[in-house]
Amino acid sequence: MNSTVTEASVSFIAEVVLKRSGLILSADKGYLVESRINPVARKEGFASIEALVAAMRARPDEKLMWAVTDALTTNETFFFRDKTPFDQFRDEVLPALKGRSTLRVWCAACSTGQEPYSLAMLMEEVKGTYPGMKLDICASDISERVLEKAQAGLYSKFEVQRGLPITHLVKYFEPAEDAFRVKPALRQSIRWRPFNLLDDPRVLGRFDVVFCRNVLIYFDPPTKQKVLERIASVTAPDGFLFLGAAETVMGVTDAFKAIPAKRGLYGRDAGVRKAA
Amino acid sequence: MKTCLIVDDSRLIRRVARGILEDLQFQIREAGNGQDALEQCRAEMPDAVLLDWNMPVMNGIDFLRALRQEPGGQAPTVVFCTTECDMSHITEALSAGANEYVMKPFDGDIIEAKFSEVGLV
Ligand SMILES: C[S@@+](CC[C@H](N)C(=O)[O-])C[C@H]1O[C@@H](n2cnc3c(N)ncnc32)[C@H](O)[C@@H]1O
Repeated sequence: MNSTVTEASVSFIAEVVLKRSGLILSADKGYLVESRINPVARKEGFASIEALVAAMRARPDEKLMWAVTDALTTNETFFFRDKTPFDQFRDEVLPALKGRSTLRVWCAACSTGQEPYSLAMLMEEVKGTYPGMKLDICASDISERVLEKAQAGLYSKFEVQRGLPITHLVKYFEPAEDAFRVKPALRQSIRWRPFNLLDDPRVLGRFDVVFCRNVLIYFDPPTKQKVLERIASVTAPDGFLFLGAAETVMGVTDAFKAIPAKRGLYGRDAGVRKAA
Repeated sequence: MKTCLIVDDSRLIRRVARGILEDLQFQIREAGNGQDALEQCRAEMPDAVLLDWNMPVMNGIDFLRALRQEPGGQAPTVVFCTTECDMSHITEALSAGANEYVMKPFDGDIIEAKFSEVGLV
């Protein structure tokens, strides 16, 4: 199999991916294209990436384009990633929204599911404090491949040792072959939806809290702005937004405001007042 | 500087674990079985114990039960580190007083994650 890929092919692929997902692949990402797209080319029966690109150029086959796009998403995640957002969810957000009978949470780029499962476990741990509150988690991602894994809830020994306290493993997982599977009750408590952040999120419903972590970093500023404003349009006026550690709304949009001294946590106006 | 007692009958594992934990600023002591570990703990309680399960003379779980009966033996944070990774072993370890549980094979990231989970780093 030919393993070199021309600059022209890299930029063709970058364009395909950008148009579908908003993800930016800079020209120096040739190695990434090569390592991620070679398996796609092989699976789809092409001798090389060049042959795959030639086919895509000749006949725009959406299924192929999406396979290429999916392969270039970065799905790195782990349980209770960065810890602080989950502490803030427990210590700031839940008290601020304690009157809700249903707390609607959206994990807007949930990858293989560790983030929504972390929230579901957290809620189980504190439910005694919020007896009247039910958590309704909608977890979405553009990649159906990662959603399938998320929904199966099957994690390797390595994955369950990244961020997950051992007491949670015992309480919320069951053994499965050489791995661990999230117990059915927890798995079924989450709604899994394929969803592209470039689309209108009103199809998913309205939310009190949105986790949109570690995905905006891959978008250009206008896309970031559009995505954040669309998220705002489905977030309650007193609702909250969590971004990743390297992300901010500052200089991008006024739809959300940083909550003073709570890094990574944003509110729509009323949310800011309630938590501050 | 915090102290960590590494209890494992494999010298190779002890060496690897020592390297990782020294990077995390622990002062290291080593024991090759549970009996040796218990005697070292009686002399001076460490802040942390990284504990294998299957060892000659005295295994990890018997050591842990005995440790928790000792005066001051509640204090050390005990992290199991073993190839036994079925739920029944994990549950048994937790009810014997283990604080965290590493499933072998391990690496520096896992040790660091687990030690920070229990507030050791
Ligand atoms: C690095 S993961 C973040 C996972 C999790 N939120 C976290 O912080 O650990 C980024 C995810 O964003 C998804 N993604 C990328 N572009 C997207 C888009 N346009 N719409 C929805 N999800 C997208 C990817 O498929 C990937 O699973």
